[in-house]
Amino acid sequence: MLEISDLTVRVAGKEILKGVNLKVNAGEVHAIMGPNGSGKSTLAQVLAGREDYEVTRGSVSFEGRDLLALPAEERARAGLFLGFQYPVEIPGVNNVYLLKAALNAKRKAAGETEVDAYEFLTLIRQKMKFMQMSEAFLTRGVNEGFSGGEKKRNEVLQMLVLEPKLAILDETDSGLDIDALKVVSAGVNSLRDAKRAVVLVTHYQRLLDYVVPDQVHVLSGGRIVKSGDRSLAHELERRGYDWLLESRVA
Amino acid sequence: MSSKSQDVEALVGQKYRHGFITDIESDSLPPGLDEGVVAAISKKKHEPQFLLDWRLKAFRHWQTMREPTWAHVHYKPIDYQDISYYSAPKAPANAPKSLSEVDPKLLATYEKLGIPLHERARLAGVAVDAVFDSVSVATTFKDKLGKAGVIFCSFSDAVRDHPRLIERYLGSVVPTTDNFFAALNSAVFSDGSFVYVPPGVRCPMELSTYFRINAAKTGQFERTLIIAAEGASVSYLEGCTAPMRDENQLHAAVVELVALDDAQIKYSTVQNWYPGDANGLGGIYNFVTKRGECRGRNSKISWTQVETGSAITWKYPSCVLKGENSVGEFYSVAVANNYQQADTGTKMIHIGRNTKSTIVSKGISAGHAENTYRGLVKILPSAAGARNFTQCDSLLMGPKCAAHTFPYMEVKNPTATVEHEASTSKIGEDQLFYCLQRGISAEDAVNMIVSGFCKVVFKELPMEFAVEAQNLLSVSLEGAVG
Repeated sequence: MLEISDLTVRVAGKEILKGVNLKVNAGEVHAIMGPNGSGKSTLAQVLAGREDYEVTRGSVSFEGRDLLALPAEERARAGLFLGFQYPVEIPGVNNVYLLKAALNAKRKAAGETEVDAYEFLTLIRQKMKFMQMSEAFLTRGVNEGFSGGEKKRNEVLQMLVLEPKLAILDETDSGLDIDALKVVSAGVNSLRDAKRAVVLVTHYQRLLDYVVPDQVHVLSGGRIVKSGDRSLAHELERRGYDWLLESRVA
Repeated sequence: MSSKSQDVEALVGQKYRHGFITDIESDSLPPGLDEGVVAAISKKKHEPQFLLDWRLKAFRHWQTMREPTWAHVHYKPIDYQDISYYSAPKAPANAPKSLSEVDPKLLATYEKLGIPLHERARLAGVAVDAVFDSVSVATTFKDKLGKAGVIFCSFSDAVRDHPRLIERYLGSVVPTTDNFFAALNSAVFSDGSFVYVPPGVRCPMELSTYFRINAAKTGQFERTLIIAAEGASVSYLEGCTAPMRDENQLHAAVVELVALDDAQIKYSTVQNWYPGDANGLGGIYNFVTKRGECRGRNSKISWTQVETGSAITWKYPSCVLKGENSVGEFYSVAVANNYQQADTGTKMIHIGRNTKSTIVSKGISAGHAENTYRGLVKILPSAAGARNFTQCDSLLMGPKCAAHTFPYMEVKNPTATVEHEASTSKIGEDQLFYCLQRGISAEDAVNMIVSGFCKVVFKELPMEFAVEAQNLLSVSLEGAVG
C-alpha cells in the first residue's frame, strides 16, 4: 500500500530525514518509535503533503501512485489520513461543518453524491457514541477550547467518519489518561481490516498494548535504525534508545 | 513557508464585480465649491429658506476647518475645487413620479447590481430607496409603508413633504460643526434617505437604500436621517457600489439616527465601493460620519457593518447613550486587501444611568493593506452602572499587511464596568493545512476560516443580507490557490 524509498527531506535548510525506507502492506499496523527530534513527525507531515518540507531525494508510492506528486488535499481524498499531534483550533467553524465538508470532498472525488444531512448526522452520532463524546461537541468550533484529550478524540472521530485506507497517527496517544487511551485505541482497532493500514507514531509502548502492531520501527537521526516485531517495543521500554544509537556504525 | 504565503496572496486577489459605467446623460454642476454652489444645490432642490441658511452656516464653518490627519491612512491631498458637487441623471421630463417613469437604463443598472427594485423587492419584502450619484431614483413600497404610518422616502421628498420633522431633527445628532467631512456634507449634501417610524409601530419590512456613484469626478454626499419614535422599531440596510475609475472619488456621507423611549434601530451596512485596482490606483475615499443617539429610556441602536470596499475608509458609527438603560451595539467586519486602507471603529458615549454597550470588531488584512480599529468608550460621571464590552480581533493574510488597534477609554464613573479583549492572528498555515489534509480545497478552506472568524458579526445581519455578506466575502477572497 505504502512504499517509501530513500526519502530525504530538508526543513528550513536542515536535513531531517536522511533516506527512510519503509513498506506498509494493506491490513498491517506499523509503529514508528524513536527519541525526540528523530524525524517522526516530519515523516508524518511529509507523507500528508506539508509544503514547506522539501523532499530532496527518494520516492513514496501509495497504492501504486506517486504520492509526492499529489497536493495535500488530493492525498486526503485518495484515502490518506493524518491524525495531528497538535490539532489546530479553527474558531467559529463548526466541527460538524468541517467534517461534512471533508466527507463530501472525499465523496465528490470518488464520483459519489453529497451526503444527505440526516444520514450524516446519524453517522456522526453513532461514531461519537463510540468515541464517548458528548452531544455538545456537535455545536462547538473545530478544536475550539478543547482539552488535549478532547482534541485527540476528535482526530480519531474524524478518522472513523472518513474511513481512510491509510491512517497515520502522530502521537495520538500522548496526553491521554488511561480511559481515554482505551477509547482512542478501540477507535483505531475498529478501523483495522484487510484493506486498510495504520502507522502509529508514538513515544510510548503503552499504546501498543491496546493497538497491537505487526511491526515496530525505530527512527533515529533521520533513518530507520531497527525494525522488529512487537517485542522490540518492550525492549525499547526496558532499555531506552541508547543501545541502538551506540550500535550504529557512524 | 513562503510558497504558502503566496498562495494566500493569490487567493485574495479580488476582482471587482460592480465596476461597470452606466451611459446616461446627467445634469451636473461644474467642479468647484463656493457659496454660489451651495445656493445652487439648494435651489435645484427647491429647498425652504431654513435649509439654505443651515447649509451656508455649515459651509462657512467648513472653510475655517482643516482636514483631519489623525487617522492611520495616507493619501494625496484632495482638491475640493476639482469635484462636482451635484450630478443627477437627466430625466426626459421632470423627476420620475413612479417606477414606470424611471429611466430603464437606470433600472438595468440596479438589476446588474442585484438590487431587488421591482417584483423581487416585493418577494423579498424589502423596501428599497436607490440613490444614483446625487439623487434618489425610486422608493419602492411607499404605499404599504404608508399604511403603517412609516415614512420612507428620499431626503429631498422629506424636505418637501415633512419640513418640520427635518427642521427638528436634522443636525441634532451630528451638528454641522462636528467634523470636517460632516461640515462639508452639511453644506453640499444632495440627497439621501429619510425614515420616520411613528410611536408604537414596528416597521413591517426591512428598509434598504442602495447607493451608487456613477458619474466621473463627482463626490457623493448623501444624508440619511432615521427617527424611531416612542416604542417604534426599524431595521435598515444600506449597500454601496461604484464603477471602476482610475481617479479617486470622494464619498462623504452623514447618517443620523434618533431613538426615542423604548425605540430600536438596527442599521446594517454592506459597503462595497470600488477599492481601487491591485496597485492601489483609483477607488473611493469613504469618509463617513455615522452617529446614533439613544435619546429615550430603554432605547437601543445597533450598528452592523461589513466593509469590503473603498480605497480608504474613515468611519466610526457611534452611539450616544443618553437615555437611562439604553443600549448601543457595534458589530463590524472590515476587510482590507491590496492597497486598501481602513481606519474604522466606533465611539460609545455613556451619559445615562445603566447604559450598556457592546463592541465586536473583526479586521481582516491581506495584500499590502492597513487595517486599523479605533474606538472610544467614554463613561461620563452621570453614567452610573454603565457597562461596556469590547472585543477586537485581527486576522492577517500574508506577510505584507498590517493591523493596528487603538482603543481609547475614558471612565469617569467608578461604578462602571469596562472590558476589553483583543487578539491578532495570522491565517494559520496550520489551519489551512489541517483543512487540506481533510480533503477540503484551499479556496473552501480559506472561506471557511474567514467566515468562522466573522461569524459573530454575520449573525447580527438580517438573514438575506447575511447571505449577501458571506458571498461578498467569498468574492473578495476569490482567486484560487495555485
